[in-house]
Amino acid sequence: MPLFRTSKVLEKQIDDFLDTVGEGALVFREGILSYLGNDADGFASAISKIDKLESRADKLSREVEAHLYRHSLIPEHRGDVLGLLENTDNIIDRIKTSLHQFSVEQPDIPEVYHEGFRKLADASCEAAEAVVVSARAFFRDVEAVQDNLYKVHHFEKEADHISDSLKRKVFASDLALAHKIHLRYFALNVELVSDKAEEVADRLAIYAIKRNV
Amino acid sequence: METLLFLSSGLFLGWSLGANDAANVFGTAVGTRMVKFHTAALVCSVFIVLGATISGAGAAHTLGRLGAVNALAGSFTVALASALTTFWMTRLRIPVSTSQSIVGAIIGWNLYSSSVTDTSSLTKIVTTWVACPLISGVMAVLLFLLVRWLLKVTKPHLLRLDALTRLGLLLVGAFGSYSLGANNIANVMGVFVPDSPFTDIDFFGLFTITGVQQLFFLGAVAIGVGVFTYSRRVMSTVGGGLARISPVPALVIVLAQSLTLFLFASESLEFFLASRGLPTFPLVPVSSSQAVIGAIVGLSLFKGGGIRYKVLGEISLGWVATPLVAGVVAFLLLFVMDNVFDQKVQTVQEYRLDAAVQDEMERRGIVDPGLVDFMDLTYTNPSTLKDNLEKGTDLSSKQVDLVLELALTGRWEIRPGVIARDVDKHWLTGDQMAALRSLQGQSFDHAWQFQQALAAASPQWQARPKAATNKIWNKELSSKLSFLYRVFRTDEQDE
Repeated sequence: MPLFRTSKVLEKQIDDFLDTVGEGALVFREGILSYLGNDADGFASAISKIDKLESRADKLSREVEAHLYRHSLIPEHRGDVLGLLENTDNIIDRIKTSLHQFSVEQPDIPEVYHEGFRKLADASCEAAEAVVVSARAFFRDVEAVQDNLYKVHHFEKEADHISDSLKRKVFASDLALAHKIHLRYFALNVELVSDKAEEVADRLAIYAIKRNV
Repeated sequence: METLLFLSSGLFLGWSLGANDAANVFGTAVGTRMVKFHTAALVCSVFIVLGATISGAGAAHTLGRLGAVNALAGSFTVALASALTTFWMTRLRIPVSTSQSIVGAIIGWNLYSSSVTDTSSLTKIVTTWVACPLISGVMAVLLFLLVRWLLKVTKPHLLRLDALTRLGLLLVGAFGSYSLGANNIANVMGVFVPDSPFTDIDFFGLFTITGVQQLFFLGAVAIGVGVFTYSRRVMSTVGGGLARISPVPALVIVLAQSLTLFLFASESLEFFLASRGLPTFPLVPVSSSQAVIGAIVGLSLFKGGGIRYKVLGEISLGWVATPLVAGVVAFLLLFVMDNVFDQKVQTVQEYRLDAAVQDEMERRGIVDPGLVDFMDLTYTNPSTLKDNLEKGTDLSSKQVDLVLELALTGRWEIRPGVIARDVDKHWLTGDQMAALRSLQGQSFDHAWQFQQALAAASPQWQARPKAATNKIWNKELSSKLSFLYRVFRTDEQDE
């Protein structure tokens, strides 16, 4: 039946999209760790992976959007789903931008701050992964959405906290002001991934209530 | 040509029925944007046509409600009044019961022609306003709880749920449209069957499309055109004007409506349950328009409001106004038809308490000293006879109605030619047919004498004792009898 065939194709595309964003978060962590560990090959591979993943995510979200409109599916939740896809796509966009900035500007991160950057990348990656799980639940098991949202908020706060203490440490050091500002900018870059995840989480909380009615 | 002209008001009635009643089956589906209007209109029209021509043809022997009106110009006017009323309500975007507008218009004819109105038809209308929405509302809430539980357990993907809901809305809508066509075509076209301008078409001996089927097809097409051209207005009320509806509740609402109609109005279900010794649901007069509004209101109240009470008020007023307006419009139009266009809007019936009627009354235990004054008097106005009987005797109103029924006088001649030409052999049983043939050449002054002669000739013509399992038999029997009374009556046809 065409009705169910379309829905099956779309279900798969949405799942693929979320898988791609989730994988993007893992690549982000890999990339930062490679950069900090001076692993040029590993970092280059992460850049190449994220480029592919980002364009795949873009393609999938565009296809899903077109499908939803063309077949006028889920009229009640179409706007929400499109909003969700666009905002989730922003996470992987952000990841790509961050990694590229590392590649272009090659910030000099002293050894003493490596641990802070590692933790920050971890928290951001966890927040992104948790929001992907929540987004998946929105489609399959709406009551489970809330169960993961608290994780997103938790990791976002942790990222905030780590970034804050990292920046304080940087500015308390004897580094040149330009270097301090550069490091702060990169801490912010890594932290922004968790902020994007939280933006999606905030929307999801409302969408889930709407779906529950 | 005259028949075609008269047919036009039946077609207009069909059109307005389509314009108003399609909302009951597809209003919520279109309102929630789950089914496009054109898809809904197409499915609705196709299934109305199928229902009317396949299942509705079974009702070809009944004249429908308008059969109470005993002159073609009268039927035309009553159908016109009913169609105008339904059309007006449709303009106001109010879902109303077309049956109630027909009953209202018939009451208008009863008043104009001094015929007696069966009071039960009035109580039925009022019961439908109250009981039907209540039952349907409760049904919607119960179904909603069930669906919510099912969704919790099965956890379908949002898109799978969307596809399932869409399919459900289309299926329920298609079934609803089929029964809409099957149940209403007799009301729209039934009265024109005896004067049908169509003849049977034989397709190379493979199958035959009867004249009645062609007539019903025409009526069904009129309903379908009504759906396509004008049903959007009422759909907007049902599908969102009264309360905000989401897709799953939209499906629950149409399911609740169909279930209400099936459980509380289906004599077949009652027969099925009773014949297996199971308890039956009480049969109450229901209407799909009232049921769908009841389901929307019931579900919205359960989920915490969101009802636009102004719209609800307008709908309620519309329900009350429909039979009243139809009655008044019918009365006025009949006056115009009768006096301006000089058309015969009623056939005058004679009522006479002759010796045979007196014997039959005594046999049935109707004895009253006051009845002597009425013997051998001829009345042409049943209302006057009824009033006089109520004043001049101590009979109960039920007995008075029975006296009126017995006193109806005419001429019924069992002519062999009529049996061969007009009686459908497949409709009557073999025994019934044989009994009818055995009466060839006889004639009767009263319909009940004809019935008694048939009953004496075969037990298949006898009514069975009142019980849930016999209801369908007795109903079928009375519809066969009214058919025979109509075709064998000679005094009206001779005029």
